[in-house]
Amino acid sequence: MSKNNSEYLIERNDNVYEVVIGLEVHAQVTSNSKLFSSSSTKFGAEPNTQVSLVDAAFPGMLPVINEFCVKQAIKTGIGLRAKINNKSVFDRKNYFYADLPQGYQISQYKYPIVGEGNVILDMPEGQKQVGIERLHLEQDAGKSIHDIDPSNTLVDLNRSGVALMEIVSKPDLRSPDEVNAYIKKLRSIMRYLGTCDGNMQEGSLRADVNVSVRIKGSTDLGTRCEIKNVNSIKFMQMAIIYEANRQVDLIEEGQEIDQETRLFDTKKNETRSMRSKEDAHDYRYFPDPDLLPLEVTDEFIDKLKSEIPELPDDKKKRFIDEFKVSPYDATILVSDIDTAKYFEEVVAKMGKNRDMKLAVNWITGELFAVLNEKNIEIAQSPISAKNLAKLINLIKNGTISGKIAKTIFELMLDGDIDPQIIVEEKGLKQESDPKALEALIDKIINDNREKAIEYKQGKEKLFGFFVGQAMKASGGKANPQLINEILKKKL
Amino acid sequence: MSEITSLTLYELIKNIKEKKISSNEAAKSFVDRAEKSKKINAYVTENFENCLKLSKEFDDKPNFDLKLPGIPIAVKDLFCTNEVRTTAGSNILNNFVPTYESTVTQNIWNEGGILLGKLNCDEFAMGSSNETSFFGNVQNPIAEDLVPGGSSGGSSAALAANLTPVTIGTDTGGSIRQPASFTGTVGLKPTYGSCSRYGIVAFASSLDQAGPMSKDVKDSSILLEVISSFDKKDSTSIDFKRNNYSSELTRNIKGLKIGIPKEYRVDGMPDEIEKLWKKGIEYAKDCGAEIIDISLPHTSYALPTYYIVAPAEASSNLARYDGVKYGLRSSGKNLIDMYEKTRSEGFGEEVKRRVMIGTYVLSSGYYDAYYLKAQKVRQLIKQDFDQAYNKVDAILTPSTPSSAFKIGEKSNDPVSMYLNDIFTVPVNLAGLPGISIPAGVDKNNYPLGLQIIGKPFDEQTVLNIAYSMEEKINYKNNITDWWMK
Repeated sequence: MSKNNSEYLIERNDNVYEVVIGLEVHAQVTSNSKLFSSSSTKFGAEPNTQVSLVDAAFPGMLPVINEFCVKQAIKTGIGLRAKINNKSVFDRKNYFYADLPQGYQISQYKYPIVGEGNVILDMPEGQKQVGIERLHLEQDAGKSIHDIDPSNTLVDLNRSGVALMEIVSKPDLRSPDEVNAYIKKLRSIMRYLGTCDGNMQEGSLRADVNVSVRIKGSTDLGTRCEIKNVNSIKFMQMAIIYEANRQVDLIEEGQEIDQETRLFDTKKNETRSMRSKEDAHDYRYFPDPDLLPLEVTDEFIDKLKSEIPELPDDKKKRFIDEFKVSPYDATILVSDIDTAKYFEEVVAKMGKNRDMKLAVNWITGELFAVLNEKNIEIAQSPISAKNLAKLINLIKNGTISGKIAKTIFELMLDGDIDPQIIVEEKGLKQESDPKALEALIDKIINDNREKAIEYKQGKEKLFGFFVGQAMKASGGKANPQLINEILKKKL
Repeated sequence: MSEITSLTLYELIKNIKEKKISSNEAAKSFVDRAEKSKKINAYVTENFENCLKLSKEFDDKPNFDLKLPGIPIAVKDLFCTNEVRTTAGSNILNNFVPTYESTVTQNIWNEGGILLGKLNCDEFAMGSSNETSFFGNVQNPIAEDLVPGGSSGGSSAALAANLTPVTIGTDTGGSIRQPASFTGTVGLKPTYGSCSRYGIVAFASSLDQAGPMSKDVKDSSILLEVISSFDKKDSTSIDFKRNNYSSELTRNIKGLKIGIPKEYRVDGMPDEIEKLWKKGIEYAKDCGAEIIDISLPHTSYALPTYYIVAPAEASSNLARYDGVKYGLRSSGKNLIDMYEKTRSEGFGEEVKRRVMIGTYVLSSGYYDAYYLKAQKVRQLIKQDFDQAYNKVDAILTPSTPSSAFKIGEKSNDPVSMYLNDIFTVPVNLAGLPGISIPAGVDKNNYPLGLQIIGKPFDEQTVLNIAYSMEEKINYKNNITDWWMK
């Protein structure tokens, strides 16, 4: 979150260029079955084991819309604060490819199910609104595998017919950092809604990136290039940087930019021309005569609206208002639904005497560090929210010091152990008895007379030495606040 | 046993129920006759052995409550049949054996029907004479070297030649009614959405509709009752209340208003057709119907509209035949080469012509001028009928502008071939039910048909008018079994 730039500027000679980016995100709908068939959508199955006669386009087979996928698309539209269209139409996008069994993809062209909406990005300079042009439903194609057999291309149709939502943004993004924030926000919203798991490794979220450049301050859009099918945020950012600079170089050389489709080569970190506008496919879109127009009533939409959970923007506002969490912390806590859930559970388990600051710090500090190190999600956290809340309460009520807490935290990792038990078994309870501490401090001052005199003569740095000695003598268990107070009095 | 094969479906069911004829006897009769009728070339795939076996099984454990108890039936080879080769009359599906059953045929088997075999048809149902079939021409039993009509030419020929008691065809622009008209038989195209398209090899999805073909009107009502059903597997199937068409069949059509559209008097139409139509009007009056002149002003645009919409859908529907998954695959240097060789060798000339027309009318820059405009005109044609039906209950027209022609006579003139569909196509564009019944003969003694077009979902009225007129017309085919001699 540190150096988020809302602008990516390229300076060449005396010209300053800005980059204009629009994204077409393909998000796999979370659904047990495909968009027009009842085949399973489970990831990682043996090739061609999740293929129905419809998916393989056998003669006479007909598509039947999966109502659940329609609901998911509408929910996502609601999450994007978008207009839900009462009537939308499925079209056929015609082209030949070995992994496209029908010879056409069923998609929505002129009349998408979701119209204009927007997404709010939290950038360091403040919030930024990114426009959504549309969201439509479409089928995924199968997968062509070229590197298993030396002379044949193999086709796996497991993905064929899986429901995708194509979410098209307006050309409102201006930097790789904004793209990062936008993808993360989309992902976050869809994960809150349960409409897309956002798993980029499994291909659940991919994007076509439209990039153009223009002199900063200009309001005209430059000629854009579309970089197809980029499947990680990092690659999107790399592709944008490469592509923007390539375009600026061309302009500076006095050349024209061809509107074309390009591919990003992740190994060479460059984009390459795939096909020019002239070679663009003529997809011969027309309404699919096998499917009637999709009509949804206002009641149907309203019912779905009532099922929408609290979304990140609202949750953030509530965390700030109700829990007095800083906007910065709130942004982090709500960005992922599982983190937000974890945090709220910790808050609930802390009870009345809760300490929000401690909770936020322990989650975003110690816990995140462990998750990062182990490369796991918070949903798989080795420490439950319940036990973390207990640990925080032990600090809050003075039973243990923050330092001891860190030791306990380490021990808790091994099987989500109750911190109370660790405190008792290991005898880590904080020493807060003033009499005992006074005796301990008296001995230290006695043993270090010379230093005590130096301190009194003004060498204040030595105070820390005494604190350290006291902590050491107590085996780290002494209440640091009391130590401070007693030392001040005695010295 | 030739008398068995000449029975109507109704008579055959009656005899089987009364145990005068066994299912196996019936099956044997049709198989025997088919063996002697190879010259007709009605069958693409025979299912004779299996049919004989299943008919025996039926006789061992008969169920006379079924609507088609142990009745052997041959069907157009456009219906996918489980474990029985289904070719759609095309080389590209020459070796294709489905692992599934179309809803319409399943409905027939569920009611006790037994598959005799798969009947020849124009390739992917694209044709009006059965001459585009990869499996050769079909002879019209009426006379040698006469086409049986198309695309359900094998079905109409098999029916007229008494090779099956009843059959089913599909009708995209007239493919049931025109061959019925050419062979002196009855053919009904139901309202779009009546019969499920699931498992029928698609030609033009927004027009395709399966329907019964039979020797008389009553038989069509029996078969329609079996095949018409709401099917969730077809999103365009419509859930409306279906009649018990056969038991509700009546000749009492007194007071029904029948419209005569002036636009169906086309230039160059033979006098015989005009005369037939006039005769038909008289018959309708005799039956008690009231005749009303009506106008369907956009009729002349129906044929061009059809020849944009149908090829457009077909060009996309046939994209799946690419050699990758099933059917014919020709070897090629690479994927594109394989596609080109497979589709060049797999498709015949007429199919290629329509795929090219369809691709053209959908291509960018032409879409608005052709496809979009055609869709708008289609709406106007529909509205013509809607308005007419404010005044009348049904419409009477000739089925075709001519009688059956000679094999080869029109095969090099696609436009003249397309003109055959001029009276049938508007019905498909409007999604209406229409029936063709034999009504007379031309100077060569070739049959001519009249078409009755009904309101949406009003198959009953269409059948009733046809049933009533059929009695007055009292048409009988004069078939000499010339092909056996």
